[in-house]
Amino acid sequence: MELTGAEIVCESLLKEGADVIFGLPGGAVLPLYGALANYPKIRHILVRHEQAAAMAADGYARATGKAGVCVATSGPGATNLVTGIAAAQMDSVPMVAITGQVPRPYIGTDAFQETDVTGVTLPITKHNILVMKVEDVAQAIHDAFYIANSGRPGPVLVDIPRDVLLGAKTEFIWPETHKLPGYRIPGPADETEVIAAAALINQSQRPLIMAGHGMLISHAYSLMTEMAEKAQIPVITTLLGISSIASDHELNLGMSGMHGMAYANLAIDEADLIIGLGMRFDDRVTGRISAFAPNAKFVHVDIDASEIDKNVQTDIGVCGDLKSVMEQLLPKVEPNVHIDWLRHIQELKDQHPSHIVRQSEELLPQYVLQRLTEVTQGHGIVVTGVGQHQMWAAQHCLFREPNTFITSGGLGTMGFEVPAALGAQVGRPDTTVWSVCGDGGFQMTMCDIATAVESGADVKFAILNNKNLGMVHQLQDVFFEKDYMASEFSANPDFVKIAEAYGIRGIRVTKQEEVVDAVQQAMETAGPVIVDFMVKEDEIVFPFIPSGQSVNEMLEEPAHNGTS
Amino acid sequence: MAQINEIEQHTLIALVEDKPGVLNRVASMFRRRGFNIISLAVGNSEQAGLSRMTFVVNGDYRTVSQVAKQLDKLIDVLEVADISEARIVARELAMIKVSTTPMTRGEIIQIVNLFRANIIDVGGDSMIIEITGEGDKIDALYDLLSPFGITEMSRSGIVAMERGKSNGLTDGHKNNNVHSNGTGSS
Repeated sequence: MELTGAEIVCESLLKEGADVIFGLPGGAVLPLYGALANYPKIRHILVRHEQAAAMAADGYARATGKAGVCVATSGPGATNLVTGIAAAQMDSVPMVAITGQVPRPYIGTDAFQETDVTGVTLPITKHNILVMKVEDVAQAIHDAFYIANSGRPGPVLVDIPRDVLLGAKTEFIWPETHKLPGYRIPGPADETEVIAAAALINQSQRPLIMAGHGMLISHAYSLMTEMAEKAQIPVITTLLGISSIASDHELNLGMSGMHGMAYANLAIDEADLIIGLGMRFDDRVTGRISAFAPNAKFVHVDIDASEIDKNVQTDIGVCGDLKSVMEQLLPKVEPNVHIDWLRHIQELKDQHPSHIVRQSEELLPQYVLQRLTEVTQGHGIVVTGVGQHQMWAAQHCLFREPNTFITSGGLGTMGFEVPAALGAQVGRPDTTVWSVCGDGGFQMTMCDIATAVESGADVKFAILNNKNLGMVHQLQDVFFEKDYMASEFSANPDFVKIAEAYGIRGIRVTKQEEVVDAVQQAMETAGPVIVDFMVKEDEIVFPFIPSGQSVNEMLEEPAHNGTS
Repeated sequence: MAQINEIEQHTLIALVEDKPGVLNRVASMFRRRGFNIISLAVGNSEQAGLSRMTFVVNGDYRTVSQVAKQLDKLIDVLEVADISEARIVARELAMIKVSTTPMTRGEIIQIVNLFRANIIDVGGDSMIIEITGEGDKIDALYDLLSPFGITEMSRSGIVAMERGKSNGLTDGHKNNNVHSNGTGSS
């Protein structure tokens, strides 16, 4: 079969099972669009801004576990992908980004719409490839998917010059193998390390599991829950580990860290063993490293050897695929009850009930989120942007199924909530997807509401509208003497009218008693809906451990400080 | 990165694919993570299609171990080893251009001979001296030649190799190799 470079890209995408791609065409990548017209099995979703293509591919990947694919043209098209690619890299999300490049003879001449995209994305991709020969296109796409999906997942960018896409017809040979001698994928761990880890677990009196994104990526959550139950070990989740254990599981202490549950942070302070599973001891989790879990030893399991001993010095580091390691570890962990430890944690929880939303006359954002997932009963997917609403969602939404919380953790990308929710819904069309938005983030990417409408993505947008950049406002409140420089919006648009302008339903909610009804109405309405929750404007996210501080400096909500 | 305590010099070697952009990937990783390269030398290895890099880096054990792991994570890097603790031979080449006069030429030649260095070019008022050896030997020659007026110097960076049969990377070197539970490449 003799094909052009562009046709080879399409054939390769089909071979990789990539049936959805998110993109926006332009000159250099146009030959690929010419070919796509003849490949109806590949669904192309046209975004309004390339940033949304990358973030939708990210949401798609997180929701399905398959690499998300985004396409952009050279120069500005490709640079618009950058934020989305960086977010995927930070959160270990499999993604294949395909960019058009100026024709080969023009490379290096500062040609129109030329950017050194492999150079630009070098530090924010797991790998990238500039394809200089049409015969190399299939191998490049095949390698890109393999690298993106395997090991610790991540984004891979494939940059293809226009003349390679157009190139003379070449025999299409699908490479069955990869020539990547420097790429190794950890499988099961070294047995001696697992035995040593199990010994520490079995000896510990006050152990805690900290479950991260790796738990969801490697589908190790059932084994983790089994281990937690077997040895009665409480589980803390990182932001990206949320939903790896049901919110209402008795051993789940929720999220820890900067805005984590007070009792989770206090438990870490007293633990004698931290079992980090598929997580990376990020600074938002640990605060000041020297004061983090001062009484604990560390067992750290991760597929990425470079994460072990990077942030905390571990006692036992185990490098391997988390599911395989859990299979090795589970039989070696002895049943235990940890009665005193669990009782103590319950006391901490009773004294510091940060999971409880306070009574208020006003429309509290926490209240909205709690009601919202009561209506959904913890089913479906919640996608968030970044900031206060994200932290409240992490604290107060109910999750019953694994991998149902999608959020930009590492990069902290505002505006993620709109396109990522769209991508997640396209990937899991039978699932209700709630995009929990800040009014700031929503306005960064709301142009892609059009994409949701056009593609029939049934996303429900819940804007927690406090008319300001809430997290910035909060930091100014606490650390900058309430100098609210550049954090208040005086001219937010009417989001209900925005909805109407896109031909979808908009609902405004100003009172507590309207919340449940609005959520139900949104879910009963076919297609995207925007619900504009006019929440209390100066609410602060508690608990709050200021950046670089420890649990000793933790601020709690006044009514929740343990004196009540 | 963590605070650098006991600063030490470590010698790392890496086997990398000989492809465009690999040096850039390696250098970019060092820059981005704030690691400090003292010297870097790259050239062909004994295997076709693979280059060998020798790095000298500053840092305590934990930092250097992190450097090695981050290097190993790059797709184009096949093997990395910290050979600082091994029995190694390390050499660097330098070319030093020094000003000469009829008065000083003899003295300079004496110094060159003392160091078993070579004079590879002689001009009317300068000569180029080539020296191979460990870093301190080159430093010592530099210091001795300085009073005559050094107008140019170029140093190659250190290349290093383990003594004995081991190639420093693959065979029998697990202790120095960075941690990896590879199932092998596909």
